[in-house]
Amino acid sequence: MSTTTTDVQSHGGHGEPDNPHHQHHFATMEQQFDTSKLGMWLFLATEILLFGGLFVGFGLMQSRYPREFIEAHEHLKQDVFGRPFPLYGAINTIVLLVSSWTMVMGVNAAQTDQKKKTVRYLVLTILLACVFLGIKYVEYSHKFHDGLLPGMFYAHQSEDLIKGTHGYATFFAFYFMMTGLHGIHVLVGIGLLSWLVVRARRGEFSSEYYTPVDLVGLYWHIVDMIWIYLFPLYYLIS
Amino acid sequence: MSSLTESHTQHTEAHAHHGGPKIYTANLFALLFLTVITVAAASFNFGSANVVIALAIATVKAILVGLFFMHLIWDKPVNAIILIAAFLFLGIFLMFDFLDVGTRDHLQPRNMPNMDNATPVPDSMNPLKAAPPQPLTPAPAAEEHK
Repeated sequence: MSTTTTDVQSHGGHGEPDNPHHQHHFATMEQQFDTSKLGMWLFLATEILLFGGLFVGFGLMQSRYPREFIEAHEHLKQDVFGRPFPLYGAINTIVLLVSSWTMVMGVNAAQTDQKKKTVRYLVLTILLACVFLGIKYVEYSHKFHDGLLPGMFYAHQSEDLIKGTHGYATFFAFYFMMTGLHGIHVLVGIGLLSWLVVRARRGEFSSEYYTPVDLVGLYWHIVDMIWIYLFPLYYLIS
Repeated sequence: MSSLTESHTQHTEAHAHHGGPKIYTANLFALLFLTVITVAAASFNFGSANVVIALAIATVKAILVGLFFMHLIWDKPVNAIILIAAFLFLGIFLMFDFLDVGTRDHLQPRNMPNMDNATPVPDSMNPLKAAPPQPLTPAPAAEEHK
């Protein structure tokens, strides 16, 4: 009984019940934060399993059509100084890594009460996400033009026999499904980041309460982590 | 009471000051450096080791993102356990799928028309083309029951 009293008193001492973001069913702000974070991590685990299924499918098909996959991935490369190089893929990797850095800097700014900096870093992250999607658009339109479309839409014309085979079309089916699903995640990320920018501009985040910034940050990093695996598997097969 | 408050203040301080721009920036450069290494490694031919090297570097990058950008190194271990569990189950999924496919003669059911010209099913193994099975001879014992 006496411990309960001290507990209540100690909470009063922190001024935590005064925080407008503190929901009554949590004992402390810290407990509330940890609970939200745990929920986010469980969601991220399902994201890994969602993409994991596609990665396993890709791996199985690559072991079945190794020759076709190597031939097909040449279409993801561009001519750089007379040598084939995965230019778009490499630039996008760098763009996404830098955007992960701006994101974590935004979280750090929110944690340390630097409200203007928070907004600035979040806007930078959105801009980098748009650059990523812009490059993806250029890449996709080249493939569309060549008829390298997924599944029944595959219409590539070539004298080379291997390009008409099942394995060649399978590569592009997986390529569009996996990079497409990843691209949808980037789009969702832009939406979430825009919502954060609106709230950050209202000055809602502080060292006392920055849970949404932190959780969207985690989401953004898992999107980056998935691209870290997509890039070598699609663009650097040999 | 005072010790409780004190320990809590220390805790929140540790919460707010972990990480920091210097560590994040160093981590970014490490990640960019590893990206250059992956691209460079892909231009050499190590045979089947190429995939292993690419995945190993990608995993190091994923660990760096997880530890520093996702704060797992400073976090309560429960979050890291969830991430590791997800990868563990993905590993089990991957392993059993490859064990299954790797130990089969044929990827498709034997009576299915072949989709690719890599491994044609021999006629003797194709129930559609093989000789029809011999009809069973009627049992001579049927009469005796009557």
